[in-house]
Amino acid sequence: MTAEQPGSAGTAAVAGPGDAASRAWVRRLSCSGADRDTAATELHALLLRAARFEIGRRRSAFPQLGGADLDDLAWQSANDALMSVLRRLGDFRGDSRFTTWAAKFAIVEAGVKVRKHAWRRREVLLPDASWPLVADIAPTPHQFAEAQDLLAAVREEVDRRLTAQQRQVFVALTLNNVPIDVLAERLNTTRGALYKTLHDARHRLRAALADRGMDTMGRAP
Amino acid sequence: MTEQERGDLGREFRRMLGPGGPELGCDECFDQLDAYVELELSGVRADVAMPAMRAHLTGCSACRDDHDSLLAFVRTDPENGAGR
Repeated sequence: MTAEQPGSAGTAAVAGPGDAASRAWVRRLSCSGADRDTAATELHALLLRAARFEIGRRRSAFPQLGGADLDDLAWQSANDALMSVLRRLGDFRGDSRFTTWAAKFAIVEAGVKVRKHAWRRREVLLPDASWPLVADIAPTPHQFAEAQDLLAAVREEVDRRLTAQQRQVFVALTLNNVPIDVLAERLNTTRGALYKTLHDARHRLRAALADRGMDTMGRAP
Repeated sequence: MTEQERGDLGREFRRMLGPGGPELGCDECFDQLDAYVELELSGVRADVAMPAMRAHLTGCSACRDDHDSLLAFVRTDPENGAGR
């Protein structure tokens, strides 16, 4: 998913939703002329701060990205987010302050961009699943036995109950830790559609475990 | 097994198998993320007020990252009018 979402770009009424400051943002961005340009410049500054903030939070996970790459991504994210916010101005309902609503676009856009950039030369559909080791998820002896049984059951049910597509998505997202936006791009789909597939796969697996008398803790329900 | 050990193990399997129960999709999560964050900042139990949102944030690591970042940004950005 990118921050761009389908929606209409209506002109919000002057007495529109939200607090006074939010209504002022919408009014200024909806008009024409110098005040609108000034508001758009101020909004871009907010979006750039949000994008840099998000990229700063993620940079430790992507040490291969240099400072210039990261700031370029921040600018691209802010530019794209600005377009999305202006296009969707009529969608603002005042459920939050305008600045929070707008910052969301930049945060999501920057997160998507940095993940895609970091994975741009990596294989995402690996032939084998990276199943966690029981010892890694169950460091104590008491946990070990339950985790061993449950993990073995999950592995069997992944092969038995999931469709090929569900298995591919489940393995990539939950076992091989491929970012959902990266996988969506490679499979030419959306974050929302992929998550629906993952949700259905998880539902099948939980039902299969319940059939075995296990819940996600490996206990009798 | 202690409650702590059971909780840790449960988290690992919830990460794999999801939260269970009703949850939003990613697009709905995006639409409601700003309202959820401001509920949290206002001290309201957002997870109680919007349980399907909370469930999605448990199950979707990408949306959870977006949430955590937006919450942190709004909380700290000095020019965002946050922290009121």
